[in-house]
Amino acid sequence: MPFDVQKVRADFPNLRQQVHGKPLVYLDNAATTHKPQSVINAVSNFYSKYNANVHRALYQQAAEATEAYEAVRDKVAQLINAPDRRSIVFTSGTTESINLLAYAWGRHNLRPGDEILVTEMEHHSNLIPWQLAARDTGATLRYIPIRDDGTLDLENPEQYFTDKTKLVAFTHQSNVFGAINPARQIIELAHAVGAITVVDAAQSVPHMAVDVVELDCDFLAFSGHKMLGPTGVGVLYGKPELLEQMSPFFGGGEMIRTVTMEKSTWAEIPWKFEAGTPKIAQVIGLGAAINYLNQLSYKTIGQYEQELTDYTLASLKDLDGLTIHGNPQQRGPVISFNVDAVHPHDLAQFLDEEGVAIRAGHHCAQPLMQRLGVPATSRVSIYLYNTKAEIDIFIESITNTIRFMTG
Amino acid sequence: MDKLRELYQSMILDHSQHPHNYKVLAGANLTADGHNPLCGDQITIYIKVENDLIKEISFQGQGCAISKASTSIMTTILKGKTVNEAQAIFIKFQHMIKSGEYDIEEMGKLAVLAGVHKYPVRVKCAILPWHTAVNSLKSTDQSEVFSTE
Repeated sequence: MPFDVQKVRADFPNLRQQVHGKPLVYLDNAATTHKPQSVINAVSNFYSKYNANVHRALYQQAAEATEAYEAVRDKVAQLINAPDRRSIVFTSGTTESINLLAYAWGRHNLRPGDEILVTEMEHHSNLIPWQLAARDTGATLRYIPIRDDGTLDLENPEQYFTDKTKLVAFTHQSNVFGAINPARQIIELAHAVGAITVVDAAQSVPHMAVDVVELDCDFLAFSGHKMLGPTGVGVLYGKPELLEQMSPFFGGGEMIRTVTMEKSTWAEIPWKFEAGTPKIAQVIGLGAAINYLNQLSYKTIGQYEQELTDYTLASLKDLDGLTIHGNPQQRGPVISFNVDAVHPHDLAQFLDEEGVAIRAGHHCAQPLMQRLGVPATSRVSIYLYNTKAEIDIFIESITNTIRFMTG
Repeated sequence: MDKLRELYQSMILDHSQHPHNYKVLAGANLTADGHNPLCGDQITIYIKVENDLIKEISFQGQGCAISKASTSIMTTILKGKTVNEAQAIFIKFQHMIKSGEYDIEEMGKLAVLAGVHKYPVRVKCAILPWHTAVNSLKSTDQSEVFSTE
């Protein structure tokens, strides 16, 4: 079936909104995506038709809610090809998933002298938890550097992957350059020195098929709201044997087996890591988002986004005084750039007046901004509902802004 | 677009493209760094202050047109003022940037920034230099970095 973007757009109510009297041109999808009506309905139906807590009560609606909630676990497992549904832990998002690991794995396994390896292109969510873990355990944080084209410099891996390396945490796709990192290679290098691996897949799972068996990653994290789902829900995938060895992160209801005044025993995985009432509505909404992606297929989405990304890159390259940061061959639909004459914040403000939403700032990647030698960049990030006509409006708005700002 | 173009009128564009007093100040006895971590804006303000009087003031740094213009205009206003006068102007300026209300007699050329109040996210851009300069004049700890957060 050919991809019909107008048909897709009709499913997204927020894309019909106007901003400053102009149609919204939403190009900040790396931050969050809009939701199709089916996701909004799934959340709304839960609250209006079978609202109940899960895993507890014996009444009919509670059973329905539990069934709907647990069905999404299977759906997520299938999406990333996890062989065991017990590998799927629901969290509040990528940030919580990684913090869970930094506490429940990091604080128990890292010792002084150990090394945690990350990359220079990490989002703060895959950096700060490891900085804190290093501070608390006496481990050292090291960085795989990046090349000027925005890709990782893996030329001399023995410099970074050593017998001291205990954990390697890296982004699958950069939220600044869009570079897709060679995850399989990094994981092999890590495993060769006995390190465990954490993949920040917040920017990859929304756009491409991610297969945890093929990657052989130990852990993988992503967020629902960047892939058409609700905010407040994310996933931590972990190999079952590793999740079983780990202590709980949060304590509370749901995650226990027996509790006495003195001590407690823990529920089986994954529930050991889901303390308290879970994000029931959000998980159910995430299920609807996965249905939507499956129905379009990653292959179709990927082809369409690639075409639109190439079109955007070509259009941006035609503009005078514009620098695109990084030029990775393997890339997702994210492009960072600077305009000589116009600061990113001024540009974003002028684009907003035209209804065009882009991001200006450090993109939660301050070490990377220091590496690039810029205080901030402008970033455009595309998703399956964007169109060439929108890219044309975006480019025209940049041109007009440059003309105005340079007199 | 018209309102925004009105704000980014020639005076602001001119100050941001050709900022006044944009240099390291030889003989400065006060140096203050201002940082807006959300934007990445960073300015250093150099002041030569004698007996409570601002004899010279200059700046360097990176930022958007609003923050650069605001800093540039500030340096032209504060030269020759006492620390207390600077503080009084800052309070009135802050009120103008947040509310859009001002007395033209008091604000003078600072009034070109009044339109910033329509863009709440940009208020910090305009205020950062004032915050940095005035607080450093009052502070005894000269290594302090002034942050908008």
